[in-house]
Amino acid sequence: MSEILAVEARGLTKTFSKGDVKALDGFDLDVPVGQVVGLLGPNGAGKTTAVRILSTILAADGGTARIMGFDVAKQAGDVRKTIGLAGQFATVDEYLTGFENLDMVGHLCHLPSTSIRPRATELLEQFGLADAADRPVSTYSGGMRRRLDLAAALVARPPVLFLDEPTTGLDPQSRLGLWDVIEALVAGGTTVLLTTQYLEEADRLANRVVVINAGKVIANGTPADLKADLGATVLEVTVGDHDQALRSAELLKDLSSKVVHVDGDSVEITVEEGPSVAAEAIRRLDALSIPILGLSLHEPSLDDVFLALTGQKTEVDTEALTESTKRRGRKAKETS
Amino acid sequence: MSDIALSERTSSNHTVRYALQDIGTVTKRNLIRTRRIPEALFFSSLQPIMFVLLFRYVFGGAIPVQGTTYVNYLMPGIFVQTMCFGAISTSIGLAEDLQTGLLERFRALPMSRSAVLGGRTSADVVRNIFVILLMTLVGVLVGFRPAGTIATYIAACLVMLLFSYALMWGFALIGLSAPNAEVAQLMSFPILFPLTFASTAFVPVQSMPGWLQVFAKNQPVSVTVDAVRSLMVGGTYHDPSSIWKAIVWSVGIFLVLAPLAIRKYRKV
Ligand SMILES: Nc1ncnc2c1ncn2[C@@H]1O[C@H](COP(=O)(O)OP(=O)(O)OP(=O)(O)O)[C@@H](O)[C@H]1O
Ligand SMILES: [Mg+2]
Repeated sequence: MSEILAVEARGLTKTFSKGDVKALDGFDLDVPVGQVVGLLGPNGAGKTTAVRILSTILAADGGTARIMGFDVAKQAGDVRKTIGLAGQFATVDEYLTGFENLDMVGHLCHLPSTSIRPRATELLEQFGLADAADRPVSTYSGGMRRRLDLAAALVARPPVLFLDEPTTGLDPQSRLGLWDVIEALVAGGTTVLLTTQYLEEADRLANRVVVINAGKVIANGTPADLKADLGATVLEVTVGDHDQALRSAELLKDLSSKVVHVDGDSVEITVEEGPSVAAEAIRRLDALSIPILGLSLHEPSLDDVFLALTGQKTEVDTEALTESTKRRGRKAKETS
Repeated sequence: MSDIALSERTSSNHTVRYALQDIGTVTKRNLIRTRRIPEALFFSSLQPIMFVLLFRYVFGGAIPVQGTTYVNYLMPGIFVQTMCFGAISTSIGLAEDLQTGLLERFRALPMSRSAVLGGRTSADVVRNIFVILLMTLVGVLVGFRPAGTIATYIAACLVMLLFSYALMWGFALIGLSAPNAEVAQLMSFPILFPLTFASTAFVPVQSMPGWLQVFAKNQPVSVTVDAVRSLMVGGTYHDPSSIWKAIVWSVGIFLVLAPLAIRKYRKV
């Protein structure tokens, strides 16, 4: 028998009759046991739909999916015993206290009743909710609800965890705290499928990143692989003004096989051999006495990868978004 | 192979126990909610009390009944009407759980598939028992004097609880079909009003036009009211056959609506 996969999806399709949206269009996914896979994609890409199908909430129109070998359609009961789910929107009971919510989930997972109270208390502690444990959830802040929802997903210590945008709406401290929790779970052998809008999050947590757009996987690899696809290094040269930047771009174009970005008074090119290209760039600019105000070499970020693959930035990064539209606009001008 | 067979056997042994345990858990959760929103219980209890007072003191004098006082005639009708309106909380409760996404969480848990509907209806039965006790007290305060024994009184309560339980599955279906809780409530009224008012609950059917009498005499609310009246009032109203008819109606309604509600739950 071949190595069992924690999550295995083959050709999943799902069309919502309302609005005739093809949310998933031949979606494939492999998550090996013990790994963290980050599912990345713009709004409406189909991330939540995929998670809902994998967690037996929604039936696919076509294709198959298995969790730890259990078929999501035919062995839903076994799948449910294997997974923990924290959906995109916190689904906790407003009128119950934090403790009562976890207690209820513990009972519904059929944990031995003596172990439920200590487990609930431990999780409330771990997620910084100990003080609020006996308050109805209606008095919680958004981030507190989110954390309680995550705690609820962990009550039964499931071997496979689905987290749909787990850190959306969390403050930086809670986010770091949650990352630590996830890393600890993974160290203990838990498999995690995580959807996120934060590339930084995928970069930090995921062994592998699957990029999805319009219901299809468009890229799949380790964060490093994806970055390598773009070219090893990004060279950024800052010159005196925008006109000089445009001239520089023209001069340096042949040094890179990829597109050259001009952004304000700087030029960005993706190159294979960072240092030698940098030296060549300095020589060429110097020869035309274009002043070099700054020069840097850095690894491409997942943001660059995402932009290159889908033609759009992630929604949260609005500052980067305006920047990237600016860039693309300039690029268009340049090539015309 | 033998491992799988073994685990299947133990799991089927556990299925019923887990189902009951899960229904208990969801019931408890629904009752905690009821306790946390005392306003809802207060105002939903106030409404039948208003009905008692209105019919007892406003309309009652104009409604001639035979063989007993109007308040004795009225109370079985009020009880059954209250049970029927209580079923709205089944539809609202489920519509809310659907709306807040809690049902999504439940569907990803290894809980019994009957637990959500079973727990909802059980909690509503508990609530109805409370309402019966309250309404008995209110009735007695305004002159209601049930005939018969404690045993027949309890039997009458069981008949109406059974009927309300059957009805709840229909309201579960409404709750799961409605886009939100308010609409679930709005969808309930056009069903409840004709059933409870075009019935034997408040007025003798003889005062209604002939075509309506046929409906009013035989529809399930009337049959249940007749059964409760037979047990609580007796005398002229003694009619053991209505008890069987009420039970048959309730079981029939349950057998038709419960599978529909369960099917709907699996699809939403
Ligand atoms: N219940 C539904 N009815 C109709 N269309 C739906 C439904 N759920 C999702 N869709 C559509 O399916 C597509 C994929 O949605 P999905 O929620 O999976 O996206 P997502 O990748 O999770 O997006 P986001 O990042 O915004 O959460 C979208 O076009 C969405 O409008
Ligand atoms: Mg989503």
